[in-house]
Amino acid sequence: MAGGGGNDVQWCFSQVKGAIDDDVAEADIISTVEFNHSGELLATGDKGGRVVIFQQEPENKSQPQCRGEYNVYSTFQSHEPEFDYLKSLEIEEKINKIRWLPQKNAAQFLLSTNDKTIKLWKISERDKRPEGYNLKEEDGRYRDPTTVTTLRVPVFRPMDLMVEASPRRVFANAHTYHINSISVNSDYETYLSADDLRVNLWHLEITDRSFNIVDIKPANMEELTEVITAAEFHPNQCNTFVYSSSKGTIRLCDMRASALCDKHSKLFEEPEDPSNRSFFSEIISSISDVKFSHNGRYMMTRDYLSVKIWDLNMESRPVETYQVHEYLRSKLCSLYENDCIFDKFECCWNGNDSVVMTGSYNNFFRMFDRGQKKDVTLEASRESSKPRAVLKPRKVCGGGKRKKDEISVDSLDFNKKILHTAWHPQENIIAVATTNNLYIFQDKLN
Amino acid sequence: MINTMECAMDAQNLISISLRKIHNSRTQRGGIKLHKNLLVSYVLRNAKQLYMNEKYAEIYRMQQYEEVMTVCNEIQELNPLDLAEDIVEASGDCCSHVAGSPLIMEPASVCCALPASNHPAHTPHQQQQLQATAACSAAGLALQNEEVCKETNSAFFRSCCAEAYPVTDCDFSSLSAVHCNKTTVLDLDTHVVTTVESGYLHQDCCAVQCQGAQAPAKKRKFDFGCYAAESEEVPDFTPCKRARFEDFYCPHSEQLDTSNISNLISIFGSGFTGLVSRQADSEFSLNGQFCSKQTLASLGAWTRAIVAF
Repeated sequence: MAGGGGNDVQWCFSQVKGAIDDDVAEADIISTVEFNHSGELLATGDKGGRVVIFQQEPENKSQPQCRGEYNVYSTFQSHEPEFDYLKSLEIEEKINKIRWLPQKNAAQFLLSTNDKTIKLWKISERDKRPEGYNLKEEDGRYRDPTTVTTLRVPVFRPMDLMVEASPRRVFANAHTYHINSISVNSDYETYLSADDLRVNLWHLEITDRSFNIVDIKPANMEELTEVITAAEFHPNQCNTFVYSSSKGTIRLCDMRASALCDKHSKLFEEPEDPSNRSFFSEIISSISDVKFSHNGRYMMTRDYLSVKIWDLNMESRPVETYQVHEYLRSKLCSLYENDCIFDKFECCWNGNDSVVMTGSYNNFFRMFDRGQKKDVTLEASRESSKPRAVLKPRKVCGGGKRKKDEISVDSLDFNKKILHTAWHPQENIIAVATTNNLYIFQDKLN
Repeated sequence: MINTMECAMDAQNLISISLRKIHNSRTQRGGIKLHKNLLVSYVLRNAKQLYMNEKYAEIYRMQQYEEVMTVCNEIQELNPLDLAEDIVEASGDCCSHVAGSPLIMEPASVCCALPASNHPAHTPHQQQQLQATAACSAAGLALQNEEVCKETNSAFFRSCCAEAYPVTDCDFSSLSAVHCNKTTVLDLDTHVVTTVESGYLHQDCCAVQCQGAQAPAKKRKFDFGCYAAESEEVPDFTPCKRARFEDFYCPHSEQLDTSNISNLISIFGSGFTGLVSRQADSEFSLNGQFCSKQTLASLGAWTRAIVAF
């Protein structure tokens, strides 16, 4: 177990959000989790197209041991189900990704996307309202102008805090295939969106135009061999972005090289180990997530069984590889049958890039301390949800004799999967999404 | 080589399951997921490869077994004393190394058999015996040449696959320098050398590249032992043999000639090639039970699995 400081971190339960019901409504399934740049706000998106934003309470001066709790700040319906009449296709309202914009003024801005449409939302607070209109009553009814005998100047009076979310831009009709990623550029003016075959570049102010910067669609669709699975801008080089593929490769592109970045500047690929070849080699090598480190020197990729850290200066192989759940390698057949092999796990860095985290099954999630070469498996469950209860490390027994407190592979619940996790940009606070619950853990403060 | 040990399921089951997934994806909310279907097509292709390899290996084994049995039966009919004389004569004609027992012949004796058979002085009996031993030798030769490639010691880079379908360990592309499961067969009758790769003719590899290509012009020549058919002494043998050969290909007594196998392979050639049928078939029964044997046997019954984008 490890955290930012290099000392051993003990993770404690802080909060859990969501229904306690075991019967999960499909619309409540969490599909994305994201902290904003300060960590004060935490946004979740769900399958029903809703966005819920939590805000951290300011630290209580009388209780310095406790960090502020996250409470609901705003809830709004971001996307609705749509129907493409031309193709006779229903477009799901599920929120695939949320990305925060850096804060420029009092309001907060975020991008949320479903399969086809990206929306820019403004979240603003209102804590005062004007009172004393001449032509309107207090309840909003219009006054008959002939009854007005005196004039007064309206004044602002304090009111209960109201958080409003309003869609400021809608970026639509630019994607034929399903959008899997959005990423805000470090210039804070542009962002990219990626679907299975294309990456588009947008300006945040312009909705009727976008530039196609990557297109891997073959002339003949029957020749298709790979799709784009994730894309991200470099954290501080505004001309650089990467995209990962279903074949396990990552391409780094420089937008200064040409308008269409079909030719990569760098290609990151690790040769396959022939002894591991199976029916499912292609599936498990498909990259489900790619994330740059905060310092921009490394990037991390997640495939079905492992997490890999790449040095941007070395294309031939990753510098670090962490096995998330290698015990599943012998179960790939069953996981293919029940579709679990197609699960897309995400991964994230901690604030100083010393620890990485990713999810697994049975509501387990894993952390890998890069410096101390230690890893830990923790569980997000209601059972260990007592306030400030320290999480106990878990262990899965791959085969052979099962030790006490170990869980055998066959008793893992593959319906309980943690696909989305997020790490506070500065503190040791993590948000872990189970199917329909959001768990918040933090490190134990003495 | 695909590690099948980890998988309790056989290739047919996987094919079944994969087809079901593709079918179900058509009715899923949100439209067909390109990524998932592409991955499923890879599994389908891998399972198909294994299935075809196993089938052809089986065919080859059966052919060999029958051939050896035929030759042995013929040899048993001959006079043992004559045999010994013939062998001494034969060995005198060339410098081959012949083992003591008449039934054990080195593969190199094939070359001896050829000039020997041209000797007009040889009796028909001797001719037949030489041919018989040559058959054994040919079998031996074929056996020797059969190398099931368990290759890729070299690193395997997926991204380098510019071809229509990804390169695998058992790549049957004619462009590939590495041949897997290659069998060289010498037809002693016509003296034609045929290369069979991964169970089908070299030309079939070309057929894979050109999708939808027609069946190879050359007929398979597994029946290198069938030269015996030419001989008048055993006239009935050939029809039985040929029938058995065809029977194997049509386990359900349906039409599945070699051209269909080539088409099947070309259909499965690339990621999506195999899944977009040229003919939409409304008769394909979708009871939820996809029988892979049925699927392989009745190629005309492919449905349009993926809507063209």
